[in-house]
Amino acid sequence: MAKSDGASPESMETFVKGLLKENPVFVMLLGLCPTLAVTNSVINALAMGLATTFVLTMSSAIVSLVRKWIPKQVRIASFILIIATFVTVAEYIIQAISLDVHKALGAFIALIVVNCIILGRAEAFASKNTVGASILDALGMGFGFTIACLSLGVVRELLGSGSLAGFPVLGKSFEPWTIMILPGGAFFVLGLWLIFFAWRREWQKRKAAAPAFEIREG
Amino acid sequence: MDEVRPQTVAPSGRDDERREPAAAADGAQRGTEPAANREAAKESGATSMILAMGLIGLISGVLIVASFQLTLPVITKNKAAALERAVFEVLPGAKTKVVYEWKKGGALVPVKHEKSGALYLYAGFDANKKLVGIAIPAEGQGFQDTIKLIYGYSPSCRCVVGLKVLESKETPGLGDKIESDPAFRANFKALKIVLGSDGHSIATPVELAKKGKKEKPYQIEAITGATISSRAITAILKASTTAVVPVIMRNLTVLAKEVR
Repeated sequence: MAKSDGASPESMETFVKGLLKENPVFVMLLGLCPTLAVTNSVINALAMGLATTFVLTMSSAIVSLVRKWIPKQVRIASFILIIATFVTVAEYIIQAISLDVHKALGAFIALIVVNCIILGRAEAFASKNTVGASILDALGMGFGFTIACLSLGVVRELLGSGSLAGFPVLGKSFEPWTIMILPGGAFFVLGLWLIFFAWRREWQKRKAAAPAFEIREG
Repeated sequence: MDEVRPQTVAPSGRDDERREPAAAADGAQRGTEPAANREAAKESGATSMILAMGLIGLISGVLIVASFQLTLPVITKNKAAALERAVFEVLPGAKTKVVYEWKKGGALVPVKHEKSGALYLYAGFDANKKLVGIAIPAEGQGFQDTIKLIYGYSPSCRCVVGLKVLESKETPGLGDKIESDPAFRANFKALKIVLGSDGHSIATPVELAKKGKKEKPYQIEAITGATISSRAITAILKASTTAVVPVIMRNLTVLAKEVR
């Protein structure tokens, strides 16, 4: 892995890779617990995604900032301490914004501490890169996680409640598929999205190989 | 596009991968052999470790306190609004409310504004200014953390007519069913709580029954798989009604008047 610099042209790639190419949920299969648990509605999915992005970005920035002063032996403990701090801050902010969202997310806000995406990025990226690059990486990964949560949330709320972000869209005649807002539905939808992403990767690989073939022919 | 497997993830936890730039950072000389680990342990002593952890802990503490102080006024306002809504939710039919401070001696004094630290009861009145019932906040230990709830007591029916959990951290999917399970919620539509003939004890204190075993109107049917949370709700309700219902019944003439 090349050491990326916040100012290098690589920085855009540092941000973009987390969105789809290295999406933490669909490609790395990290952070599945909150992804499965709180994506039964668009609002919950969005709140979870943004809360995680906030914690990820802030903790990555701080970890990167203090990376040179933390002794190797206590680095994981230090990272967890930093992450837990921002999770607590995020919990207060969510309570101030909306008590209903706070209640809907429940214990899963506190569980952001053990979301492996965050510790993973702190250990794999922020602890050896500049602050700028770490923030970009964290934002990319955070938005990637939010995209994943929303991908599940939109499908589950649409089919499970016939609405989107609380607004009914499928009309009264629609019979909600209750399974979709239950845990089982989360697994079905995640599975289908994983199939889609695996298929997309295959397709891209084939597309990348195709032009070379054409040139040879011409 | 090249290989999609992110190389930043899989080997990240391994020592050799992360040591290389880190070594450059603190200027130490290290190999890739496991011996480097022992060397590292020697050079950064206990003092620097304690110092680093202590400093991070200190900064974390300051950050948490600061954000707590900053968000506290908004959160308090949100909670007051949620409580206000909950009062009308647990007293079906109520349109207006009067707040009573519940003094230590058992007297009820109407107040305009709530302060923290005091106990309050909320008398709800319907459109014809008739007393619907009294909403009572209560709390107690749940499975994980304190459960805070509010319930409505109707003196005419002598039963609990509604219950809403305000705050809980019960296990997702199991204990948190105390808020969502329709069968469990149905327990609190007409839960009989009758005062004994002596005037200060409950003739039929609430008790927990197993799922499908509810026989008496003062029993609460438990949720399968959430016994501890069901038990917690029962205990909170039992303690609260034992204390409050005699006070309500004694002060019924006071409460029935709508004070403006």
